[in-house]
Amino acid sequence: MDQIIARFRVDWPGFTLDVDLTMPGTGVTAIFGRSGSGKTTLLRAIAGLERSPHGFLSFNGEVWQDDCRFLPVHKRPLGYVFQEASLFPHLSVRKNLLFGLKRCTAEGAVSLGQVIELLGIDHLLERKTDCLSGGERQRVAIARALAVSPRILLMDEPLSALDSERKQEILPYLERLRDELHIPILYVSHSAAEVSRLADHLVVLDGGRVSAQGPLVETLAGTGFPLCAGKDRAVVLDGVVAERDEAWCLMRVEFAGGSLWSRDRGIPPGRRVRLLVPSGGVSISLERHSDSSILNSLPGLVETVLDGEHPGLSLVLVRIGASKLLARVTKRSLAALSLEPGQSVWVQVKSASVME
Amino acid sequence: MILAHEELQALWLTVKLAASATLILVVTGTPIAWWLARTRSRLKGAVGAVVALPLVLPPTVLGFYLLLAMGTNGPVGMLTRALGIGALPFTFPGLVVASVFYSLPFMVQPLQNAFEAIGDRHLEVAATLGASPLDAFFSVAVPLALPGFLTASVLTFAHTVGKFGVVLMIGGNIPGISRVASVQIYDHVEALEYAQAHRLSALMIIFSFLVLLGIYRQRPTSNKG
Repeated sequence: MDQIIARFRVDWPGFTLDVDLTMPGTGVTAIFGRSGSGKTTLLRAIAGLERSPHGFLSFNGEVWQDDCRFLPVHKRPLGYVFQEASLFPHLSVRKNLLFGLKRCTAEGAVSLGQVIELLGIDHLLERKTDCLSGGERQRVAIARALAVSPRILLMDEPLSALDSERKQEILPYLERLRDELHIPILYVSHSAAEVSRLADHLVVLDGGRVSAQGPLVETLAGTGFPLCAGKDRAVVLDGVVAERDEAWCLMRVEFAGGSLWSRDRGIPPGRRVRLLVPSGGVSISLERHSDSSILNSLPGLVETVLDGEHPGLSLVLVRIGASKLLARVTKRSLAALSLEPGQSVWVQVKSASVME
Repeated sequence: MILAHEELQALWLTVKLAASATLILVVTGTPIAWWLARTRSRLKGAVGAVVALPLVLPPTVLGFYLLLAMGTNGPVGMLTRALGIGALPFTFPGLVVASVFYSLPFMVQPLQNAFEAIGDRHLEVAATLGASPLDAFFSVAVPLALPGFLTASVLTFAHTVGKFGVVLMIGGNIPGISRVASVQIYDHVEALEYAQAHRLSALMIIFSFLVLLGIYRQRPTSNKG
């Protein structure tokens, strides 16, 4: 029931968007692709800003568009964050926030105070919008979209107009939204780094069509999708800091299926973190090694074997509890260990870094 | 400077005429400008051209057709007679109607530019924040186009003050009814009353200059928003 079903066909000269998607109605779904792949058009069609004749859209069981209905944008319970902040220049920050609130009929799931606190804009409320920095403007724009208590938040590359410093300023706020508000977020981006840091689910668009979709880790690992740490394929793991070992400057991060030691980054225990694990830092053995310099050794099952980026290399997807890791091994090692799907193995993880 | 009674009457009539025409045009010109700024219809070009016609036509041409339309056998004339208003030519309301047509582009074009400069984005934002199209028009488009409204109103007012040809065609030269300042000056010159003509003409120049000064001084600030 909690799902978004979207079928659209938009025909423009030289471009066609043709999608038939079912997306989860919870968590962060990233719509990822190169520029011109139709990401923004898809998001605009979902919002109702773009009319696609004969389209179909239902949100958690409610039909927003079909052959005889088209719920106008202003009646859809959504929040939309545009690429540029697009604050109303004739209104103060506070009045920008109140614009939607005054018109919102739904019982608020989030209070304005909570939104202001979440985005840290308390001190900006009385300012004029042209007295804000780029990062501040975008935070106000996000707060304004949330102030209407939307049941879904649509974000169209909210960071792309900002420099990398401003991006770093806003990303933690986006993580807080994901963790603290229980509304689904559709997040359009062409940045693999943002997607792998924020998303739970991934839709990859290419030339107006869906080329891959699914849970983030599988989709990243399974489709040869180029999430890279350097030149290396990587996966991400969602975890919680379980303990810190200050004597050795390490911290242990628990994830669904096990835990990993990583360098201590001063993050207090209990905080959610996302780890990036490059496949080059993961090795496989048939037995557990206790005499290795590598701290992390985890039992798992081989799920699939994929071709690597070089003819001599393979990528082995190993299931560890509910999580998956990707190990880069040579074809020769693959043959020597005769690795195949279903086999029990030990994986050694040399490096896992907190994404921030 | 002391003005004669008939000159004061002419000035007052001028102001009344210009104010009435401007008010009517704010109400009627705004929807036309909004439609022209937002539409993707193929009619846009044709409607835009019709609105701009008074800019290029000699006032006598417009006045001639308005006179025919408002005359006893014209369509407007028959309508006003049926409604019990009587004939419009050579009356003050007739003059207002003619001024509205003649000054239409001075209201519509600056407004259309102002609406076009707002762009789609702010209106889309308003829609995603729950504002219906009408709500977004009043709460976003009008405040953002406010400098445009000001420019358009002042230009319309000033242009109506300065017109002459259409007034003569439709209103004639009746003191207190249709003898506005520009016609009064013409009368003075005809009667070789150059001193009086000078006074009124100087007033018109000062007035026009002040109006244009006001518009040009607000330009740079209006672009920033």
